Amino acid sequence: MLRGNLGVFQLADAQQNTRYIGYAGGKSLFGLKGEVSAAIERLPAAKLVRWEVTTSYLSRYKELLMLHHYDYGELPPDNPPPAAITLGKLRPAG
Amino acid sequence: MNLELTEEQDLVVAMVRRFVREEILPLEYDLDPDADELDAADRARLIEKTKAMGLYGLDIPPAFGGPDIDLVTRTLMAVEMAQHRAGLYAPCYGTFGGAGLAQLFEATDEQKDKYLYPTLRGEKRGFFGLSEPSGGSDPARAIQTKAVQDGDDWIINGGKLWISGADKAQYGLVFARTANDKGRNGVTCFIVDTDTPGFAVRRIVHTLRSAHYATELSFEDMRVPAANILGELNKGFAIANDRLTKQRIPYAAGCIGVAIKAQEMALEYVPQRETFGAPLSSRQSIQWMLVDNEIDIKQSLWITLEAAAKAERGENFRKEAAMAKLVATEAGGRVVDRCMQMFGGLGVAKDLPFERWFREMRIRRIGEGPSEVQRHVIARELLGSSLR
Repeated sequence: MLRGNLGVFQLADAQQNTRYIGYAGGKSLFGLKGEVSAAIERLPAAKLVRWEVTTSYLSRYKELLMLHHYDYGELPPDNPPPAAITLGKLRPAG
Repeated sequence: MNLELTEEQDLVVAMVRRFVREEILPLEYDLDPDADELDAADRARLIEKTKAMGLYGLDIPPAFGGPDIDLVTRTLMAVEMAQHRAGLYAPCYGTFGGAGLAQLFEATDEQKDKYLYPTLRGEKRGFFGLSEPSGGSDPARAIQTKAVQDGDDWIINGGKLWISGADKAQYGLVFARTANDKGRNGVTCFIVDTDTPGFAVRRIVHTLRSAHYATELSFEDMRVPAANILGELNKGFAIANDRLTKQRIPYAAGCIGVAIKAQEMALEYVPQRETFGAPLSSRQSIQWMLVDNEIDIKQSLWITLEAAAKAERGENFRKEAAMAKLVATEAGGRVVDRCMQMFGGLGVAKDLPFERWFREMRIRRIGEGPSEVQRHVIARELLGSSLR
C-alpha cells in the first residue's frame, strides 16, 4: 500500500495515542515507504499508522506538530525536539 | 554615468559571494531540498561570521546599529545572497539579520524600547498584517478589519490572510480601518502583541512553497492600547505603502540572483551534455535560450539598480521600483523555465534546485503586488492626475 511518495505520517500505539509524527522528504530513500518502515522498526510501541501523500511535506509536518502541541501541550513522546525547524503556535477555530 | 562597481562594492560583493559558496552551499547538500531553515548551531555560527564581516543587520539604519550600506550595494548583495537553493525566499537562511517588513523606525521611544530594539537584537519577531480575505492587491480599499475606540484603548475585530511568520511572532503590525473613509485615509497601523486576548492564528495556508506557509489570523474584541498606534491615526496606509515600495527592490534582486545562478549552472552543463554526437552547446536552440536568459538577466539587473540608485538619492522611485519588481519576477520565471528545459529530466528532479526555483518563482509574480498591480502603479506614475 505504501509507496515511495513524498508525504507525512503519524504513528500511534495500540490505544491510538500519537507517538510520532514524521515526513518523507526529497532526500528520503523510498519516500513514505522507507520512512514509515524505518520508524516502525525504531519505535516498537507503534502499532498504527496513518499517512498523507503531499508535496507540501515540510509545512504539513510543521502543521501536524503544532496541532498536536495545541491539543496536548507537548510534542509526541517519540519526537525529539526538531533541530532544524522552529515551530509556531496555532489556535485553530472550533 | 558610471556603470562600473566601486572598489568597495566589488569587495562587498566578493565577500558575500564567497560566504554563499563556502558556507551556505555545503550545508545545502545535507538539508532537505525544500528546507528553509538551518539547524540552530549552524545558524548561530554563520551569524557570528556575518557580524564579523560587518554585514549583520541589513536594512537597519546605522542609527539603530545596522551597517552603513547604500541601497545600490544592498541590492548587489541581495543578488548574491539569493544564489543558492533556498535563496529566493530564505537568502542565506536569514543569517544577515534584518527586521523584514515589520520595521518600526517611526515608532515612539516607548515603542522602540518595547519592540524595535528587541527585534534588532534578535529577541523578538514581528509580522506584517495587511492583506485580508477580501483582497491583497488593493489593500487600502480591501481592509475590513475594524478598530473602534473605547477610552484609551481600541477594540479590533476582523482577520488577515497570507500573513508570514505570525505564528512565530511576539508582535505584529496590524492595519485596521478606524474611520468611515473607504480608501487609504481611514486606515491605522497598530502594534499588536500576539499574546493579546482575542488574537489567534487560526490556520496555516499551504502554498507552492513546501517549507514555508502563510497564516490566517482572526481578531475577536482584541483590545489594544492607543499608545500602540504606529505613526498617526488614519495615516497607517502610508506606512504600508512605504514598506511595500521599498520591499520591491530586494524582492526583484532575489529573482535576479536565482536567475544568475540558474544561468551559471546551464552554462556549465550544456558543453558537457551530448546529444546525437554533439554537445548541447552546439545547438542553436540551446544557444538562443542562453542568449535570451542573458538579456533577461541584464535588463532586470539594470532596471533594479536604477530603482535602488533613485531611492538612495532620495528621489521618488515608485515607478522604478514597480518596474524592477515586474521585470525581474517575470524574467526570473522565464530564465528558470529555460534552464529546466536545457537540463531535461534532471531539471524537474529534486536533485537540482530548478524545480524549487520554478515553484517559488511563480509566486513572485503574485506576492508583494502582482504584475498587473505593478503595471497599474507605473501607469499611474506616467499619467498622473489624468488617469481615471
